[in-house]
Amino acid sequence: MKKRNIIQKLGFSALFACMAANILFLGTIIFFIAARGLGAINWEFLTQAPRDSMTAGGVAPAIVGTFYLTSGAVLFALPLGVACAVYLTEYSPKGWIVNLLRISINNLAGVPSVVFGLFGLTVFVKYAGFGVSILSGSLTLGILALPVIISASQEALTAVPQSTREASLALGATQWETIRRVVLPAALPGILTGVILSVGRVAGETAPILFTAAAFYLKGYPHSVFSEVMALPYHIYALMTEGTHPEIQTRIAYGSSLLLLALVLSVSMLAIFIRARQRKTYHA
Amino acid sequence: MNKKKELAIKYLFTALAFASLVFLIGIVLVLFKEALPIFTKVSPGAFLFGESWYPTAEPPEFGILPLILASLWVTAGALVICVPLGVGSALYLHELAGPRQRAVLKPVIEILASVPSIIYGFFGMVILAPLLQNSFDLPIGLCVLTTGIILGVMAAPTVASISEDALSYVPRSFREASFAVGADRWQTLTKVIIPAAGSGISTAIILGMSRAIGETMTVLMVAGGSAVIPRSIFDPVRPMTAAIAAEMGEAPVGSDHYHALFAIALILFLITFVFNIAAEFISRRFRLKLGLSR
Repeated sequence: MKKRNIIQKLGFSALFACMAANILFLGTIIFFIAARGLGAINWEFLTQAPRDSMTAGGVAPAIVGTFYLTSGAVLFALPLGVACAVYLTEYSPKGWIVNLLRISINNLAGVPSVVFGLFGLTVFVKYAGFGVSILSGSLTLGILALPVIISASQEALTAVPQSTREASLALGATQWETIRRVVLPAALPGILTGVILSVGRVAGETAPILFTAAAFYLKGYPHSVFSEVMALPYHIYALMTEGTHPEIQTRIAYGSSLLLLALVLSVSMLAIFIRARQRKTYHA
Repeated sequence: MNKKKELAIKYLFTALAFASLVFLIGIVLVLFKEALPIFTKVSPGAFLFGESWYPTAEPPEFGILPLILASLWVTAGALVICVPLGVGSALYLHELAGPRQRAVLKPVIEILASVPSIIYGFFGMVILAPLLQNSFDLPIGLCVLTTGIILGVMAAPTVASISEDALSYVPRSFREASFAVGADRWQTLTKVIIPAAGSGISTAIILGMSRAIGETMTVLMVAGGSAVIPRSIFDPVRPMTAAIAAEMGEAPVGSDHYHALFAIALILFLITFVFNIAAEFISRRFRLKLGLSR
């Protein structure tokens, strides 16, 4: 009897230690980046282009570039993702189609990000002739975001009660009218969560844009969707691996990392907050 | 007229729904098409098991064994860290955390899972590598050990999140039955709940592994980049993803080197594909076992 209690005590302490270590590790990472990054961030850092071969000035073009790439990716992935989710939940296709699509979505979600980069390089940069550009990068990132948007939309659509659909159909609405006027509006917050989650994911991705969109340094801002861009995550990588002033560059990299981290964390916090509220309304 | 419109819309949605499948097939086709030319120069056996990777030497050598072993070593290192951390955290959340604690910790873990890999790579490069270098007196801080730790910490929230889902699917009655025959909480956890959620937890571990082996930016920054067969955990290495990311920019389009890099990507894709299918298969069996429809 006594031995049992000791084992239980030890076991539970071990579990607590795992949880604590998990939070501690990640807390340390965030702490170091915040502590050292804050010193680098000021108004000039946020609004100016880099100067003096990346040792002075700011990262504004990289912020703008990340904004363009992310918006492009979402614009591409959103209609496709929502359509896929609507098809799977509303048009209730045959079992094998559902399985096939689910397997392909799960696998797409598991493809290593650098492989997306190679796909984008071959298909968008070369075959389609878009070159290394915002367009190629956005499309590549869009494919990567697709599974995230599909699964969030699917969850949102499934949560809409069946009786809502039946009520609409009983009033004489067609299936499309029901989807457009009743189901989609009800699922909107959930779909929005998916969009926000995918923004967080896409904004931080580096490997897919290495060969499809990103440039280390550009004079001025991009002019069209066929321009190369600077992007925050790639900027961090470039600062750490290229250039001739490692110390000053590390400082700028700390600032850029903090900026990216703050962007991604606040975006995913927002998504999780909206989703928690959404789940509560349906489970209440 | 209306009926035609309804049908047209249905077909439109059907077509769009297949986008993921199309992209997946597209990726496979591109990888095969760009990878196969290298096998006219090097036999698949020599490519996979060749021990030297000197793609730009004259004559070049395309043996990717050092790269494959590097990927396996860092992934193994990541597993050593992320399995206890991830699964332990999930068990803690499920078993010990009160409702209040859980309401905070669960979203925190999910938010942490979204930290971009470049941030982990940066942290590994500027903080962890110098730290390990000093404390173990190493010639170089960028090595298997550093990479394994960083990848493990990075995958832990994902593993925790999916394992916790699996644990929450175990019906309450299992626990009650176990208490009823006199088991304490620890016995219930280890002898009833963990076995019942076992396949769900293995799915989580496989997905964590898949994430670690496919991770690019982190390993590119902290693995050290030397393409030799690792002998110890303090050796710098060049995993497959790092080789692709680092060398693609320099390989002339259509050259042997270019095709060889696609062949590495193909192998990487096949590895993660097998992992994902395994995870899918196991989790379906898990849902059937617990009598869950979804």
